[in-house]
Amino acid sequence: MISIYEAQETIRMIAEANLDVRTITMGISLLDCADTDLDAFCGKIYDKISRKAEHLVRVGDDIAKEYGIPVVNKRVSVTPIAIAAAGCRCDGYVEIARALDRAAEAIGINFIGGFSALVQKGMTLEDNKLMDSIPPALAQTERVCSSVCVASTRSGINVDAVNRVARVVKDTAMLTGERGSAGCTKFVVFCNAVDDNPFMAGAFHGVGEGDASINVGVSGPGVVKRALESVRGADFETLCETVKRTAFKITRVGQLVAQEAARRLKVPFGSIDLSLAPTPAVGDSVAEILQEMGLEQPGAPGTTAAIAILNDSVKKGGVMASSYVGGLSGAFIPVSEDHGMIEAVQAGALTLEKLEAMSCVCSVGLDMIAIPGDSSTETISGIIMDEMAIGMVNNKTTAVRIIPVAGKGVGDMVEFGGLMGAAPVMEANKFRCADFVRRGGRIPAPIHSFRN
Amino acid sequence: MRGIVTVLGKDSVGIIAKICSYMSERNVNVLDISQTIVGGYFNMMMVVDLSGSTEPLASMTVGLETLGRDIGVVVRLQHEDIFNAMHRI
Repeated sequence: MISIYEAQETIRMIAEANLDVRTITMGISLLDCADTDLDAFCGKIYDKISRKAEHLVRVGDDIAKEYGIPVVNKRVSVTPIAIAAAGCRCDGYVEIARALDRAAEAIGINFIGGFSALVQKGMTLEDNKLMDSIPPALAQTERVCSSVCVASTRSGINVDAVNRVARVVKDTAMLTGERGSAGCTKFVVFCNAVDDNPFMAGAFHGVGEGDASINVGVSGPGVVKRALESVRGADFETLCETVKRTAFKITRVGQLVAQEAARRLKVPFGSIDLSLAPTPAVGDSVAEILQEMGLEQPGAPGTTAAIAILNDSVKKGGVMASSYVGGLSGAFIPVSEDHGMIEAVQAGALTLEKLEAMSCVCSVGLDMIAIPGDSSTETISGIIMDEMAIGMVNNKTTAVRIIPVAGKGVGDMVEFGGLMGAAPVMEANKFRCADFVRRGGRIPAPIHSFRN
Repeated sequence: MRGIVTVLGKDSVGIIAKICSYMSERNVNVLDISQTIVGGYFNMMMVVDLSGSTEPLASMTVGLETLGRDIGVVVRLQHEDIFNAMHRI
């Protein structure tokens, strides 16, 4: 029988330390919606999404009430549209994005992911059409999220695609300029993109997945921070053990919710994503964990080691608690969505380069970073290439979600609103890399990718 | 199916009585009660059997929240499995 102290511990985690299930994401395959006619395709995907995920929000809300744990987001990811829509005879895919947006609105979710292309080795005609459609699609829709995978450990880096997505970033920033270039907050560039990521903006339903699946992202940076307060000053063994134990408890709750959601929705359980994901709320911050570990500010010497320890301990605890672990499973360090990260940037403690170093040891790369609007396309290409190289060589997922905010300079603040938070515009290195990125072509896969 | 009711707040007369009558009106059987009072603060946990309940769990959680507000304490009803998942292997 559960003791009163155990019950109180669980309740304190939820009520005081912001423990929640961050997202229940239903992956839906759109491969069976293929049609040569664009309108027919749009009709089919709208119907399939609104039928499959009809009860997603209600089931998420019921589980939240019955178990007393907030289920913050209910979302949908779909087959990358460049693949699903390949058979359509049309010039662009903006109409498809609108259909996805309408479906998301109809079922009451805030984001739908999968306006995506996988071009790590080459670009098809359809991939090009999709990338052409991304800036207007993100400007004209509210809920659609987009991603493009431009590199992988097995294929190397498609530099032509990097240059292409850098232009997508710039164009999206311009088209949504009057809203703080917020369109870019819904666009992610990946190396080693994963098929079962539940987190936006990078979620899509991979082609190796079944017809539908339930993937759950748990969270709880506040719980980890609270646990570490009780071992202040203790050695690293104690610190790691504390994080592991906490991650185990958090993940068991995620596993319970995922299985229950899968059962009620009659959709197979896919995986649990073990990422620690912050929100702009105080007490729900990865930066606060780093401070509790003993750093004055994120970015101080020792930060890379601290995030490595944190990431590894979360995984070790979480893996034992779940039957299937997947997704990104790393520590998220999105600048705009973590008040501690924002403060560190404003204090001059945290730079783009340090964030890049941190991404070598944790997912997920340069996330929600605002840079000056006049940054060149080539500079953005260079930043993306660096991050892709880290992912490619280290056999891990890395991502870039960068916002060249139209009309803003270093030190300005930009408000994206809601979940996306607010970001201080950071300095991007001003030295040129144009002659490097313009070489184009494809960077070969690294030697250690040949494992057979 | 079993649920766990927790109550936290300032001690006053009749807290348990009010919650128990809410339960009995809905045919919910109370299996176990434990409580502590530290510094005037009332901390109570109740294990209840929901299998014969006349009301769905989700709406009872809302009803108990409201009841708690009326009597000045925080009352939560949660499915037992969330505690088992976290504290039992």
